[in-house]
Amino acid sequence: MVGRLLRSMGRAVLDWLGALGHATLFLLEALRQAFLPPYRFRRLLEEIHFIGWKSGLIILLTAAFTGMVLGLQGYYTLRKYGSESALGSAVALSLIRELGPVLTALMVSGRAGSAITAKIGIMRISEQLDALESMAVNPVQYVVTPKLVAGLICVPLLTAIFDVVGILGGYVVGVWLLGVGSGVYFSGISQSVVALDVNGGVVKSLVFGLTVITVSCYKGYFTPRGAEGVSRATTEAVVSSAVLVLAWDYVLTSFFM
Amino acid sequence: MIQIIDLACSLNGQVVLDGIHLTVPRGQITVIIGKSGAGKSVLLKHVLGLMRPDRGQILVDGVDLTRARGRRLQEIRRRFGVLFQGGALFDSLTVFDNVAFPLREKTDLAEEEIGERVRYRLSQVRLGQEVEEKYPDELSGGMKKRVALARALIQEPEIVLFDEPVAGLDPPMTNTIFHLIARTHQENQYTGLVVSHDIPAVFQVAHFVAMLHRGRIIAWGAPAEIQNHEDAAVQSFLRGEVNFLAD
Repeated sequence: MVGRLLRSMGRAVLDWLGALGHATLFLLEALRQAFLPPYRFRRLLEEIHFIGWKSGLIILLTAAFTGMVLGLQGYYTLRKYGSESALGSAVALSLIRELGPVLTALMVSGRAGSAITAKIGIMRISEQLDALESMAVNPVQYVVTPKLVAGLICVPLLTAIFDVVGILGGYVVGVWLLGVGSGVYFSGISQSVVALDVNGGVVKSLVFGLTVITVSCYKGYFTPRGAEGVSRATTEAVVSSAVLVLAWDYVLTSFFM
Repeated sequence: MIQIIDLACSLNGQVVLDGIHLTVPRGQITVIIGKSGAGKSVLLKHVLGLMRPDRGQILVDGVDLTRARGRRLQEIRRRFGVLFQGGALFDSLTVFDNVAFPLREKTDLAEEEIGERVRYRLSQVRLGQEVEEKYPDELSGGMKKRVALARALIQEPEIVLFDEPVAGLDPPMTNTIFHLIARTHQENQYTGLVVSHDIPAVFQVAHFVAMLHRGRIIAWGAPAEIQNHEDAAVQSFLRGEVNFLAD
């Protein structure tokens, strides 16, 4: 009984490690293809439009409400200790260090990542990827690499937008609604946020962007046959991306603290 | 000429191809027939280098495709045109862009020249300019197959592979597609390898027919020879007998 349990756990771990290795090789191949001709700038622009521009509205909304909630919660918590003046600092550090990169990655995963998995998965089951190969066009270079590069460009930019809009959301609640001084709010930010915080946020957004897009492409590229396969791959892509983003967040936070 | 020598492949522990020997003569159309699930499409994917066999060789003018990698494999593939079972048209591109895709990817032709060639190929499969701006999901099954045929022929390939070219089409459209294959072959003289279970319509285009059964080629010859073949499995399949299909 115990032996069977250990065997099945061992098999699950080995399967997981195998998939991780396979996905890493897939990522390395996609990155290698970025440096090989033909360079597909048009495809890259299409993907920047899809991953970056089209995620803009949802990032703005999420960031504004996140900042507003932080302003509200932060104000009432800090007031207990007579530290309302630290509201700007609390909102900005929370956003720049943690919430900005994490929530941006989760939003990109939900909006663009799921669509990427479904699209590549449908290309797989309808033989469009085979058709590319049959025309001597590398499907990884044509389909995956532009998405990966676009993710590396867009996710840090979206994170920066998230941080700024979130800080403004906190400002609206803290300054306009709750009466914290405008100068106090911004001076708190300028005194507490240092380069390490910003660098940490940028590194996180790059790693999260790479993770979300790689997982989404990988799940789509190796999707099992049939509509059910695409459906399962899409769910797995979003769930795996979210778990990996949060796991990476812990690792990177412990590194930057 | 394509020579398939002792090709074997297993999928999920099940033998699909069990030592295939087949010669596809240059400039002729060879049709592989066999029941659904016999491994015809798997064989075609091996010929295209999309799958690797457990053993055996596929020689394209003497070059072993099963050992080719990277640029060498791409060079061999450039000689191929493929009509996939579902058409495999890129659903984010219009009909025009789908047909133009191989030229834009693999040649330095000017857009004007590409436009002329695309229109010629579309007219060859009897499609007019009105379909050029349509997307694949706006086309009927027969139109998709014709667009896919135009795309397969756009680079004037030496070898064209057809994977179930009439699957899911009604009898008039089946005849139309086979007629188009015969006509384009007459005009372009490519080497054709057709996989189909559409009996007897497929005999319209075949110069040679090979029957795939239980992972092996059990009969090969001219259409008339196959129709009169003495093997019981061949005759059962040609007559569409239920016990054969259930086999």
